[in-house]
Amino acid sequence: MQKIPRWADLALIPLLNLLIAFVISGIVIYAIGEDPWMALRTMVEGTILRADGWGYMLYFATNFMFTGLAVAVAFHASQFNIGGEGQATMGGLGVALVCMALPWPHWTVALLAATLGAALFGAVWAAIPAFLQAKRGSHIVITTIMFNFIAASLLNYLLSNVLRPIGSMDPSSAHFPDGTKLPTFHEMPILSGIFDKNTPANITFFMALAACVIVWALIWKTRLGYMIRAFGKSEAAAKYAGISPFRIIMISMIISGALSGMMALNTVMGYSEKLILNSVEGAGFIGIAVALMGRSHPFGVFLASILFGFLYQGGAELALWTTIPRELITVIQALVILFTGALDNMVRTPVERLFLMLRKGDR
Amino acid sequence: MDYETLLQLLASMIRLGVPLLLACLAGLFSERSGIFDIGLEGKMLVGAFMAGAIAFVSGSAWVGLAASIGISILFGLIHGVASITFHGNQLISGVAVNFLASGLTVLVGQSWFGLGGRTPALEDTARFEPITLPFAGSLAGVPVLGPFYAEVISGQTILAYTAFAAVPISWWVLYRSRFGLRLRAVGENPAAVDTAGISVVRLRFTAVIITGLLCGIAGAYLATSAPSAGFGKEMTAGKGFIALAALIFAKWRPWQALGATMLFGLLEAISIRFPDLSIGPVALPVQAMQSAPYLLTVIILAGFVGRAIPPRAGGEPYIKER
Repeated sequence: MQKIPRWADLALIPLLNLLIAFVISGIVIYAIGEDPWMALRTMVEGTILRADGWGYMLYFATNFMFTGLAVAVAFHASQFNIGGEGQATMGGLGVALVCMALPWPHWTVALLAATLGAALFGAVWAAIPAFLQAKRGSHIVITTIMFNFIAASLLNYLLSNVLRPIGSMDPSSAHFPDGTKLPTFHEMPILSGIFDKNTPANITFFMALAACVIVWALIWKTRLGYMIRAFGKSEAAAKYAGISPFRIIMISMIISGALSGMMALNTVMGYSEKLILNSVEGAGFIGIAVALMGRSHPFGVFLASILFGFLYQGGAELALWTTIPRELITVIQALVILFTGALDNMVRTPVERLFLMLRKGDR
Repeated sequence: MDYETLLQLLASMIRLGVPLLLACLAGLFSERSGIFDIGLEGKMLVGAFMAGAIAFVSGSAWVGLAASIGISILFGLIHGVASITFHGNQLISGVAVNFLASGLTVLVGQSWFGLGGRTPALEDTARFEPITLPFAGSLAGVPVLGPFYAEVISGQTILAYTAFAAVPISWWVLYRSRFGLRLRAVGENPAAVDTAGISVVRLRFTAVIITGLLCGIAGAYLATSAPSAGFGKEMTAGKGFIALAALIFAKWRPWQALGATMLFGLLEAISIRFPDLSIGPVALPVQAMQSAPYLLTVIILAGFVGRAIPPRAGGEPYIKER
C-alpha cells in the first residue's frame, strides 16, 4: 500500500518544496534591504505581461527543456549527469561546424543537419564518461564535472586559435551563412502578429516540445524505456532479468548527452548565429533543478522549464530596473535544488505521517 | 630556464597550491566519513567573501578569518543536515551549496558594498602579510639552498604555513587517533561502527564541521593574502573542483594530497608564467595546461594509472533501522 496518494507525491510535495524555496528567496531579498513584492511585480510585469517578455521567457525555457530532459533521462537510469554544461558546449561546436561547412540552401536542411551535429557532439561528450562508468567504475559525477572544464578549455582554444576569422579580435567564430537562419516567432504564421522582430524565441522551441513528447514515449511506452527504468530502480534485479548494465548506462547517457547538445540549436544557431564563448551560460546546471522539480517526468520538466524561463527573464528585468543583481536567480535556483532535491525528505516525512494519521482516523 | 625563474615558479606554485591543499584536506575528512562533498567550491567561495567583507569592516584579518570559518561551517552544516539528517542525495546537496554560494556572495556583496560583487581592497592589518622566517636574509647567500629558503620557504603568509602543518596533523588524526580510526570506519562500514555503540551521525557531523573549518581557511587565504587582497566575484574559479580532483588523485590520503595539490599548483604556475609553452616541436596551448588537472583526474579515475577507490560507504545515507 502506498503511504501517500499519487496526487500528493506528484503535486503536493513538489509545490510545498517550491513554496519553501520561494519564501526563503523572499526573505533573502528582504534581508538585503529590498522589497520582495516589488521584486515579484517587476518580474511578472517584465515577462508575462509583455509580448517580448514572453519571447525571452520561451527562449530560455527552450534551453531548460533540453537540458532538463537530458538530466531526467539519466536520472531514470540512476545516473547523475552533471555534465550538461560541457555537452551543450560541445553541441554548440557541432552546430557551428555543420553551419559553416556548406552554403546551406534552406534553413530546414541546415536545421536537420545541425541537429545531427549537435546531438552527435553532445552524445560523444557524454559517452566517454558513460563508458568509463560502465567499464571502469569511474564515478560519473566526477568525470562529467571534469568534462565540463575540459570542454570549456577546448572551446576556448578552438575559438581563439582555429575558428576565429583572420583579423578578428573576438574569440568567436565567423558569422554563419544566411541559409542557416532559423525562423523566429516573428517570422511564423499566427505568432508573427504577437511577437516583434527582436524576439529570440524560435522554431527550436517546438523541437523542445517534441523532445518532451518523444522522451515521454521512450521512457514509458517502449521496451528500452522499461529497461532503463528497471535498471534505475534496481541494478541487481535488472541484471537478473537479463538487462545489460553496460548497454543501459551507455544508451541512457548518449540520449542524455544528445539532448543537452541540442540545446545549442537554440542558442548558437537560433540566437547568436555564430559560435561564441560561454553560450551555454549555466543552462546545463539549471537542467538539474528543472529535472528535480519536474520529478524527471517530461511534463514536469516542461512546467519547470517555463518557470525557470520566467525566473531567468524576470531576473534580467530585475537587474535592469532595480538594484537587485540577476544573481538572485542563482540563489532561487540553489534553493529549488536544495529543497526539491536534497531536502525532499524534510517535507515528505511529515506529509506521509499526516496522511497516515488521516487514514487511521477513517477507520 | 635559470635558477631564479625556477624559484619564482616554485613560489608561485605554493601560492596557487595552498588553497587547493586546504580544500583537498577539507574534502578528505568529509569523504573519509562517507559524505561526498562536491560543495568544496561553494564553501571556499562564501568563506572568501566573508573574509574579504569582515576583514574590511573590522580592519583585522583575524576577524575576517573567523568569519570565513564560521560561514563555511554553516554551509557545511546545510550539507550535513541534508545528507545526514534527512538522508538526502549528497551530490545534489553539494550542487545546491555551490549555487547558493555563487548567488549569495554577489547578492549580499552588491547590497553591502555596491561594487558589483567585489569587496573593497584590503590594506595593512586587514590582510595577512608574508612572514619572513628567521635567517632568511643571512642565509640567502648560501648557494642553491639559500635562495630556495629565502624566496620559496620564507615569505609565505601564516595561513600557508597552517596549510602545510595541516598535512601531518591530518595524517596523525586520521591514522593515529581513535577519532580517525572511527572516522575511517564510518566511511567504509557505518553499520559496524553503529553496532559498536558509536554514533554515526555524530562522527559524520564532526567530519562535516572539520571540512567547513578547512574550507574557511582556504577561502580566507584567497581573499586576505597580500599583495592583492579583497574578494572578487567567482573568486574560487573552479579551485574547489581542482581540489576534488586532487583528492581523487591522492586516493583520499593526506601526504599524497600535498603532492597532488602542489603538482596542480605547479601546472597552473607554469601556464601563467609560460602562456605558450612548447615541448620540442609541439607547441602546448595555455588551455592544455589549464585542463591538465581535469584530464589527469579522468585518467586516474579510469584506473589506467593505479586504481582510485573511494571510501566504500561514500554517498550512501546511513539509515539505522529498516
